[in-house]
Amino acid sequence: MAQTLTETAGTLEAMMPVPYAVTAKRQDTYDTWTLELEPVDGAPIVPGPGQFNMLYAFGVGEVPISNAGNFETDERLVHTIRAVGAVTKALCAAEIGTIVGVRGPFGNTWPIKEAKGKDVVIVAGGIGLPPLRPAIYHVLKNREDYGRFVLLYGARTPSDLVFLDEVKSWQSNYDVDLDITVDAGDTDWKGKVGLVTKLIPPAQFDADDARAFIVGPEIMMKFVAQELMNRDLPAAAINVSMERTMRCGVGLCGHCQIGPTLVCRDGACYTWDEVENLIAVKEL
Amino acid sequence: MKTLDAVIAESPVFAGLTQEQLEFIVGCAQNVHFDAGQTIAKAGDNADVFYLIRMGEVALDLDVPNKKSVRIDTVEAGQVLGWSWLIPPHEWKYDVTATELVRAIAFDGECLRGKCDSDPVLGYALLTRFSQVLVGRLQATRFRLLDIYGTDTH
Ligand SMILES: Cc1cc2nc3c(=O)[nH]c(=O)nc-3n(C[C@H](O)[C@H](O)[C@H](O)COP(=O)(O)OP(=O)(O)OC[C@H]3O[C@@H](n4cnc5c(N)ncnc54)[C@H](O)[C@@H]3O)c2cc1C
Ligand code: FES
Repeated sequence: MAQTLTETAGTLEAMMPVPYAVTAKRQDTYDTWTLELEPVDGAPIVPGPGQFNMLYAFGVGEVPISNAGNFETDERLVHTIRAVGAVTKALCAAEIGTIVGVRGPFGNTWPIKEAKGKDVVIVAGGIGLPPLRPAIYHVLKNREDYGRFVLLYGARTPSDLVFLDEVKSWQSNYDVDLDITVDAGDTDWKGKVGLVTKLIPPAQFDADDARAFIVGPEIMMKFVAQELMNRDLPAAAINVSMERTMRCGVGLCGHCQIGPTLVCRDGACYTWDEVENLIAVKEL
Repeated sequence: MKTLDAVIAESPVFAGLTQEQLEFIVGCAQNVHFDAGQTIAKAGDNADVFYLIRMGEVALDLDVPNKKSVRIDTVEAGQVLGWSWLIPPHEWKYDVTATELVRAIAFDGECLRGKCDSDPVLGYALLTRFSQVLVGRLQATRFRLLDIYGTDTH
């Protein structure tokens, strides 16, 4: 269908990176950094929980990165980035004052408001926690609107757990059932060892009236979703965030297609019944 | 507080056993506790006992030469600790330590093995149940080899 002029103008605008300055930077793990960004000019964009931005390291390239800020109180953009390739390495190397390009926010939002009155189960794997942070802060700010709040967090090693002090403060300051496990501990690690899936059977939530939100590698989300369904949580009550390589971020190039869906336009948040059959993981 | 019989009967690992089989198992069981930091077993020790953890947490550590020991698993309340009592050479494979105050039921493996030899029906029932414990450990190890947190970027 032909685009109207207004639509074309909107698309063009969405393709133009806006300059943002790095105003704070923190190293989270050996390969992961958190950047705070503020616009060089004008008002910042206001993303919703679950949305992502395209971050442009000038001269290197552009990548999709989830919003990790606490939108309830703070307008700064917060992005936690693992340095895996050229662009993410350039972004993680950016010093305070460096200008990066920002496009967005893109994608849909977590249906966190729709979970009002229900138990909320959040399961994060590794640096899957930051993309869930906006949704977590929404629940914490409106704690009385939700039922039980279960937060299950797993990572490869203790040093792969990000935002750990903050996570522990949620447990002590709000009514959050927090459980953490790592794949391999060391003798300094005082917590649980084992996969995040082992935290699900003992977790206290009402499967008839709960919503789950999972972020992590696809294989982890698959095992977690299976374990939640073993607890009788329906697939439609399980929300996940999908990752695909992206170029335009606005549904034009087709780079992020999985089956019938474009992740940048229809996702990145999906319910498990929408994507279960699109995730191809051979049985062990 | 629940009696030993009730706790054992309600544990998933013994679910479906007959009253008579349960009674025999209870006869081989006793309540035990370990203080935080207490060693429960060392790798290579004779494994003639297994535990049903009722409270607290137990860590399984593996000594890696020239490195700090690696914590490879923790076992929490409701879970079974130990399968080596059933399978020769009946040796603990890891160092086992209580990380906090642990209350557990200890089962005398030698007593149970003797009964399994003379009562193959009970033997089969226990073997089936402990195979599940073993398969659970095997799956966890396989998942770990897959490095389920490392394949994507978030
Ligand atoms: C919606 C969305 C949100 C995201 N949020 C975050 C975030 O908050 N933090 C973060 O660190 N990353 C996030 N990512 C992933 C990030 O976009 C990629 O790591 C990035 O595009 C890699 O670009 P690069 O040039 O640095 O590396 P490349 O040179 O493109 O890739 C380096 C290596 O990483 C692998 N890789 C690249 N992209 C992905 C991917 N999406 N999934 C799995 N493997 C990949 C490649 O196969 C290659 O082996 C998100 C992706 C999507 C789609
Ligand atoms: S990134 Fe271009 S269509 Fe999704």
